Amino acid sequence: MAYHLQVKNLQASIGDKPILAGLDLDIHAGEIHALMGPNGSGKSTLANVLMGHPSYTVTGGSVTLDGEDYLALTTSERALKGVFLAFQYPVEIAGVTVGKFLKRAIELRGDGKGMNVTAYIKQLREAMTFMEMDQDFINRYLNQGFSGGEKKRMEVLQMLMLKPSLAVLDETDSGLDIDALKIVSRGVNRLRSPDFGALIITHYQRILTQIVPDFVHIMYKGRIVTSGGKELVETLESRGYDWIKEQYGIEEEANEGAVARR
Amino acid sequence: MKAQSPVVDPSRPQAAGGELVGEYQHGYHFPDESVFKTRRGLDEDIVNAISHRKGEPEWMRQYRLRALAAFRKKSMPNWGADLSALDFDNLYYYARPQEQQSRTWEDVPANIKETFERIGIPEAERKFLAGVGAQYDSEMVYHSIKEELTKQGVIFTDPETAVREHPDLVKQYFGTVIPYLDNKFAALNSAVWSGGSFVYVPKGVKVEVPLQAYFRINAKSFGQFERTLIIADEGSFVHYIEGCTAPVYATESLHSAVVEIIALKGARVRYTTIQNWSNDVYNLVTKRAVAHEDAIVEWVDGNIGAKRTMKYPSIYLVGEHAHGEVLSIAFASKGQEQDTGAKAVHAASHTSSVITAKSISRGGGISTYRGLLKVNEGLHDVRSRVVCDALILDEHSRSNTFPYMEIDSDDVSIEHEARVSRISEEQLFYLMSRGMSEAEASLMIVSGFLDPLVKQLPMEYAVELNRLIELEMEGTVG
Repeated sequence: MAYHLQVKNLQASIGDKPILAGLDLDIHAGEIHALMGPNGSGKSTLANVLMGHPSYTVTGGSVTLDGEDYLALTTSERALKGVFLAFQYPVEIAGVTVGKFLKRAIELRGDGKGMNVTAYIKQLREAMTFMEMDQDFINRYLNQGFSGGEKKRMEVLQMLMLKPSLAVLDETDSGLDIDALKIVSRGVNRLRSPDFGALIITHYQRILTQIVPDFVHIMYKGRIVTSGGKELVETLESRGYDWIKEQYGIEEEANEGAVARR
Repeated sequence: MKAQSPVVDPSRPQAAGGELVGEYQHGYHFPDESVFKTRRGLDEDIVNAISHRKGEPEWMRQYRLRALAAFRKKSMPNWGADLSALDFDNLYYYARPQEQQSRTWEDVPANIKETFERIGIPEAERKFLAGVGAQYDSEMVYHSIKEELTKQGVIFTDPETAVREHPDLVKQYFGTVIPYLDNKFAALNSAVWSGGSFVYVPKGVKVEVPLQAYFRINAKSFGQFERTLIIADEGSFVHYIEGCTAPVYATESLHSAVVEIIALKGARVRYTTIQNWSNDVYNLVTKRAVAHEDAIVEWVDGNIGAKRTMKYPSIYLVGEHAHGEVLSIAFASKGQEQDTGAKAVHAASHTSSVITAKSISRGGGISTYRGLLKVNEGLHDVRSRVVCDALILDEHSRSNTFPYMEIDSDDVSIEHEARVSRISEEQLFYLMSRGMSEAEASLMIVSGFLDPLVKQLPMEYAVELNRLIELEMEGTVG
């Protein structure tokens, strides 16, 4: 289904510390966007604000989904509209099994009632095989005792099962070895379709050789400073983030204190 | 002064009315049809009247009177939950609903059946027909024992019947695990006990299905003092389940039970309680087990309801290679104090114990873990593990942990962990990002916190407990 998420002049802060300083971004169904930038540029903040994390306050600008006020929606309403966040640091939920958790999350996307359990388990097993995950994970507590790589795969597994229309992947590639990176990328590529859009947040270029983006945005000090096609990744590859800092950093020096915490 | 007033309450009958009270899910009560009821307050006349009414032998009457004397001498505990509003003189200590004990389900009065229906008992009853002791006020109303149990020689009856029909067993074990001098509430129970269960499992007999009894308070301002004695003879096994739901009353009710378990050599006893008294009940219970050589005793103790709970299931490991486990779950909501925990006393070498306690506090509730681990002098190869986890759902609620240890031997291995946590914003956000409302996300975290313990329960009880927690959690978050 076609959609248009429009971020206009978005400003957000954590506590009284401003992080997003007027960010513009347009995502349509079917598009894969890559958002790159040095540490502390506000990439993860954007991800959290899009999902409605309570620690962040939107102080200006707007986000609309097909013209409707998206920021007025609660986190769960956003999720049920098809927005998905693959967390950079997924939390552990003790006592809640992966199988039970995912079943409930899928139910909520339907009518909230029961579902065909056999079909669900079959689908889950297939997705786990695709993600090269042990079937034992179905009965393990969510993220508890998972390695960093297992947590990331679990995020992508959830994405495959929940079939979002817009997925935000917050540094899903960080900390992964090349094999794990390939598996994670395969998961994203599997969903690629005219109905699916993604915002891939990353510090590194390498995931973008696996998931080829339609658009690349460079973020610095709370805003997108330049956008382009996948060739921008190559420019970054050869010139590094210093190039961005040199080109866009000087005028911002006065605002140095406004840089994000991460 | 009390001696002048008649022993039987002259104001009876006073129907309490069958309307729904408050919002409490299980808060139904029906006209109080108690046939015989003592007046308020407690003295020798009341104790004698109870004993007389039950047609007890002289030795039990004397026992009650000695216990009453002990009750008067004993002071109230100067620790634990706040009991200052408890007024012993204003309580009723005995009521009897019917002249004859019902023999079959058909004989159970319709309004009691309806009450049971509303709290879902018939379903469980159909599933576990091994023997149901359901208590209405202080007597067993309904008590059926499956033939198979009888054939196996298992005795499952109320303690009044046991006093009449099995006096030797009662004399041998009654009050041996918890003497009336133990504490004020044990003394009170010993003086006025009524109803409860008596279980004897012969040597080598394994009772396959859990024995269960439902307790329910249904007389206004009524104190209930059931007495349970379980004797598992050598090499036997039994699982006893006690579940409580109760109607809501504006006045305070006191529930002060005594449960004694004797697990003889190689026996295994599991005792499961899901306590969901209405939130005006004082639930002050003494539960203690003795585990002889190679015996295993397990207490599974869930406390959801009651205004004040003080309950610390205990295990005295008196024989070598005995093992004890306590799983304790406490849920303290608004106006509630759950002062619960466990006691393990190692009195023999090669004994082991595991205590796992989980508590949840919300809406200003206070949950306290109070535990004692004691290892007597001169023992070796004693192992114990104590884990206490507390989850606090909001800033108005509290959790305390008092894990006492008295270790008088060197060759012991003791592990102790205590954790207090709050539901984190990150956990809620994570679950909500997958489409759950805040309320559902909180419930999922709470259920998950309890899951390791809930899994230990038989399926029906796990379902019931989860449902109770769901009800407790309703309206937690806006």
